[in-house]
Amino acid sequence: MQRLKASIVKEIWSMLRDPKARIVLVVPPLLQLFIFTFATTLDVKNVDVAVLDRSGGTHAAELVQRIAGSPNFRNIVYLRSSQDLRHAIDNQKVIAALVIEEGFDRALDKGRPGRVGLVLDGRRSNAAQIVAGYVSGITAQMDVEAIPQMEGGPQVTHWFNPSLDFIWFTLPALIVIIVAIAGLAITSQTVARERELGTFDQLLVSPLRVHEILIGKMVPPFLVGFGNGTLFLVVAQLVFGVPFTGSYLLFFISLATYLMALIGVGLFVSSLAMTQQQSFLGSFVATTPLMLLSGYASPIANMPEWLQTVTYINPARYFLIIVQGLFLKGMPAADVLQQLWPLMIIALVTLTAAAWLFRSRME
Amino acid sequence: MPQAAPPDTGPDTGQPREVIARATGLVKSFKGAAAPALAGVSMTVEAGTITGLVGPDGAGKTTLIRLLAGLLRPDQGEVAILGQRPAMMLDQLGYMPQRFGLYEDLTVRENLDLYAELRALPREEHEETFARLLEFTDLARFQDRLAGNLSGGMKQKLGLACTLVRTPRLMLLDEPGVGVDPISRRELWAMVQHLTAQGIGILWSTAYLDEAEKCDRVYLLNEGSLLFEGPPGDLTGRAEERVIQVSGFEPRRRRFLTRTLDRPDIMDGTIQGRSVRLLLRDGCDVPTAESFAAGDGTQVAPGVPRFEDGFIEILGGGPRGTSALAENYRTIPRDERPAIEAKGLTRNFGAFTAARDMDFAIPQGQIYGLLGPNGAGKSTTFKMLCGLLTPSEGYGAVAGNDLRRSAAEARASLGYMAQKFSLYGELSVAQNLDFFAGAYNLGRADARRAKEAMIEIFDLGDKLDMNSGALPLGFKQRLALACAVMHQPPVLFLDEPTSGVDPVTRRMFWTHINGLVEKGVTVLVTTHFMDEAEYCDDVSLIYRGEQIATGTPDALKAQAGAITGAADPTMEDAFIALIEASDLDRETNGNLAA
Amino acid sequence: MNEAPEPPPASGPIRFSSRRLRAMMAKEFAQIVRDPSTFLIALAMPLLLLFLFGYAVSLDTQGTRVAVVVEDSSAPALALSGAYAASPYFHTLPMRNRAEARHLMVSSQISAIIVIPQDFGKDLHDGRLPEIQIVTDGSQPNTATFVASHAQGVFQSWAANEGMPGMLDKAPQIELSPRFWYNPALKSRNFLVPGSIAVVMTMIGTLLTALVVAREWERGTMEALLATPLSMAEFVASKILPYYLLALASMSLCTVIGVAIFGLPFRGSLLALYVIASAFLMPALGLGLFISSATKNQFVASQMALLSSFLPTFLLSGFVYEISSMPVWIQAITYAVPARYLIPSLQTLFLTGDIWGHFLPNIAIMLGFGFLFFFLSFWVTRRSLD
Repeated sequence: MQRLKASIVKEIWSMLRDPKARIVLVVPPLLQLFIFTFATTLDVKNVDVAVLDRSGGTHAAELVQRIAGSPNFRNIVYLRSSQDLRHAIDNQKVIAALVIEEGFDRALDKGRPGRVGLVLDGRRSNAAQIVAGYVSGITAQMDVEAIPQMEGGPQVTHWFNPSLDFIWFTLPALIVIIVAIAGLAITSQTVARERELGTFDQLLVSPLRVHEILIGKMVPPFLVGFGNGTLFLVVAQLVFGVPFTGSYLLFFISLATYLMALIGVGLFVSSLAMTQQQSFLGSFVATTPLMLLSGYASPIANMPEWLQTVTYINPARYFLIIVQGLFLKGMPAADVLQQLWPLMIIALVTLTAAAWLFRSRME
Repeated sequence: MPQAAPPDTGPDTGQPREVIARATGLVKSFKGAAAPALAGVSMTVEAGTITGLVGPDGAGKTTLIRLLAGLLRPDQGEVAILGQRPAMMLDQLGYMPQRFGLYEDLTVRENLDLYAELRALPREEHEETFARLLEFTDLARFQDRLAGNLSGGMKQKLGLACTLVRTPRLMLLDEPGVGVDPISRRELWAMVQHLTAQGIGILWSTAYLDEAEKCDRVYLLNEGSLLFEGPPGDLTGRAEERVIQVSGFEPRRRRFLTRTLDRPDIMDGTIQGRSVRLLLRDGCDVPTAESFAAGDGTQVAPGVPRFEDGFIEILGGGPRGTSALAENYRTIPRDERPAIEAKGLTRNFGAFTAARDMDFAIPQGQIYGLLGPNGAGKSTTFKMLCGLLTPSEGYGAVAGNDLRRSAAEARASLGYMAQKFSLYGELSVAQNLDFFAGAYNLGRADARRAKEAMIEIFDLGDKLDMNSGALPLGFKQRLALACAVMHQPPVLFLDEPTSGVDPVTRRMFWTHINGLVEKGVTVLVTTHFMDEAEYCDDVSLIYRGEQIATGTPDALKAQAGAITGAADPTMEDAFIALIEASDLDRETNGNLAA
Repeated sequence: MNEAPEPPPASGPIRFSSRRLRAMMAKEFAQIVRDPSTFLIALAMPLLLLFLFGYAVSLDTQGTRVAVVVEDSSAPALALSGAYAASPYFHTLPMRNRAEARHLMVSSQISAIIVIPQDFGKDLHDGRLPEIQIVTDGSQPNTATFVASHAQGVFQSWAANEGMPGMLDKAPQIELSPRFWYNPALKSRNFLVPGSIAVVMTMIGTLLTALVVAREWERGTMEALLATPLSMAEFVASKILPYYLLALASMSLCTVIGVAIFGLPFRGSLLALYVIASAFLMPALGLGLFISSATKNQFVASQMALLSSFLPTFLLSGFVYEISSMPVWIQAITYAVPARYLIPSLQTLFLTGDIWGHFLPNIAIMLGFGFLFFFLSFWVTRRSLD
């Protein structure tokens, strides 16, 4: 026990006292908290749109007024010609241009449908589609007010996040990411650093057993990841008001399992690398697909079938579902378990592989 | 000029020589350091001479050289190279940093090419120059090898070759001999000496005082100030009539030395073969043989002073003889089995055999030295015995524990000090001690007691919270030794424990080692300092992966004397002679076979 | 001694020799070829990124898994459910009851539930507009928005086809016809792949350059170089040129793969591509140089490069996330991210064509940043070890 304790205490001090390790410890979580929380929204707000009004009547003016009044749009640029329009779109002055055709007012006055064109910048196709949605919402609203609509038709409800607040998505997902940074970036440095600085031999000559060394190396990233996860759990609820509807116990069990899986990957990379440089690049190469194939950057359902199969080995995939489920959906234990057991298998595999590699590269 | 210009000291001619580099009143401080690294140093380097720069660790030698190379700006004072600022004279400057910046992923040839181009060596001269340099450095066979795969000595020689692609007027060499075996060191020296004939001025910083002794002029720096300047003989002269050689005493050499060093009239002492060399304190009379109380056979004879004696003298003498560490150490129970045993230990790396058939048994309470050139297989043997490498063949045991079967027990019974500093640099001194106490399973109370003892013995009290990586070299090595002996192991493995360390600290180390051995500790040590080999009971000379000579230091010297015919060879002479003999032997056999 | 201290040996005379430069570049290329980490950053990572952005990251909601709960067994109800099954946007899972569907949604196996209620056929028969319920998984807001609008769209067009009573004469008063220029198929890949080329150039320009210069300091080769006649200008040039060429090569490779494998259009000119890429590489290389000179340590340099260039290029450049939707203070930061000026230019170049009026201001700003970073790195890299 003395040995294990010494090994753990040493690793914790190494992490806390090494200014380089502190960079990994402090800066990414803070940066992520701010930038990810505020910047990574797929919402579209404050966009500029252009209007080419060829009709010039009161109905046209009303339509433009309504668009200008929408909180989603910032500035309205008035255009004179189609050349203007092309210029405005090509140079990305605006994301969309509304073209109110010549006979618009006349048609409406006569009770016939008036035609409005909407040119969107397909270079930003995601935002463009959302803008198209906003504009069609506004025109539909004008229709409804003009003629009493029949009741019925599709009724849309959004479960779990009725107002589709993007932060309710970002903050739980951030736990998945931030924990991955701790698990991979910190763990991947540990063995490689000892190898590079020459302390590895000193460690191997001591009577410390391999499992004591490895457990020592696992503790700091585990604590950091656990701490970060808990911090974001609290911040998400208290600062950003994201509801947490599931079981805390299940959350922490899942977090621990996820961390173990990541630490296994990190130790594997670290045992493989001869220098800190290589381990940094290795963890970088591992982190990128881990993030992009987790369902965070874009839904897994949008990927090609074969790539969806690949995501089954990604621990982040399972933990993301658990976190979102526990935060917003009140996920019951049975459903959590369904995600948890693959995660446990992955953790077992990565840790075993890391221990095997560490042992076989001791010379 | 506050100082009188030094007299023209052309060593033999008396002719005034051209001054290549002149530094006047240099002061340099670094942020965060209490004392300045240099506090008003003036010096000159003259054409056609080798100027030595010596001093303890942290004396400011590297800072001075960097200032001369124009890599640092002095806070005060001036540097002139041929009368110009260093930055203007880069064409005339050859600088070899302590770790010469070879590109390890380039070949020997590519490194030379790069520096030849950087120094604008005319293309048509490339071939001729390279041929000369490769011949000179004996690297011709390795032209296409990556620099990273060269041994330490070959790297230093290549570094020298790279600085010499175009003959400079001034060469600055910062400890080129650190970690280099005696043969390579001799070769380096010969190469550099050869350059003086071309009128190059050379500044050579070194921790090897036998090199300093051969310089034309020496500057001795201590804590940023010059303690001495002048021909080395002047410093040696301070020890004139104060060196004696004592022989014929009865106790074991190490015990005798320990006891003698505790005498108030003795400043310093070293073992030399069967006798002991002592330096007397200034004004003390030569002691009588009886005063040593070491038996009737004791004889006292005057000795020839060396530069090292002057060096130790001016720095206030070496450490006392009794080691506090040893006094605190448990007595290792006697055991008739050998403490360290190697039987036919062999290690292959692919087709290459790094160590073949290593055979020795070290009885308890002895010091065993592994000597040999860089890359000869010392470290491989060493690493097999402490469990870092699995032997391909053969048997090894430490304190009776078979390395294959009970490796963990074997590891628990040894203390290990690695070749280069390998404690946790980002942990504080106290945290390193705590970790090693825990790693060796010391209980809470034992750990505290051991830690306090180490702090006391190695004088670490005021450095406890410092990052161990920021310690001066001497203290790093002390801490490393402290961590290795905290759990009072019966066996110590020391891999070049004194590499790059100044002579005073080296003596302190050996005082501790000698003391521990008296307590029954067994020590396996590698070293490039041949005077340290004298402390060993037995040594084994390893060359090309094999033991080419084994025996007591005196036996090896006798063996070498028989080969060369020299009357009283030093250990270094023996080392070189035996290796050359082995080379010759192999060539003849090779020729016979062919 | 009362002379003023010697002026800094920093600048030295301005010396430039193409010979020394060539030698240093030859060395640099030899190292590029032999160092596995260079290979990893310059070749493996770009391919991985391109691959992930080409395949894995897709904001195109197609084949979204939705549950269709048909509680009515009338013919129109089945026909509508058939219309959903036929839509390319959805991969439908027919379901008997809502509870089962809810369970699937909680475990994130589906993104929406479409409920065709019991009275659907009856309402239709009675001349009323029948109601359906579209329930989305709000925990994925972006998907929820798209799924809801696609689901409504399927219903509208089904209703129109059926010639539903009360629907036809209530045809919309305002007929909105959206047209998506330059990317009519609305493939997110078309804007993500040019964006990932920007990330690749950032990696080589900043990350790799920062690493190789820091390596010279760390391995002690810098100290040896400083004592040779090599001038700082030559040293900087010898680092810039190889990685500039390497970044262009990597960019070209990515462009070829983007066009040949991912079927991106390339409507601009190669000239514009190389001009824009070169303009961007100035700040990228300058930043890499600055970071490495300031830190002189590979690990710190790599972390700084990651945080100061890689992440901003990803998150704050308009690559995936709309800048206009960010809070004002983050929008202000984005102006300092050189990639912000590169990504729209690249997207335009691929999808629209050469719009020099758009490119030139962006190029000018990128060059401005380049000068700033170069100035900063010369300022911190003095020819000394102080």
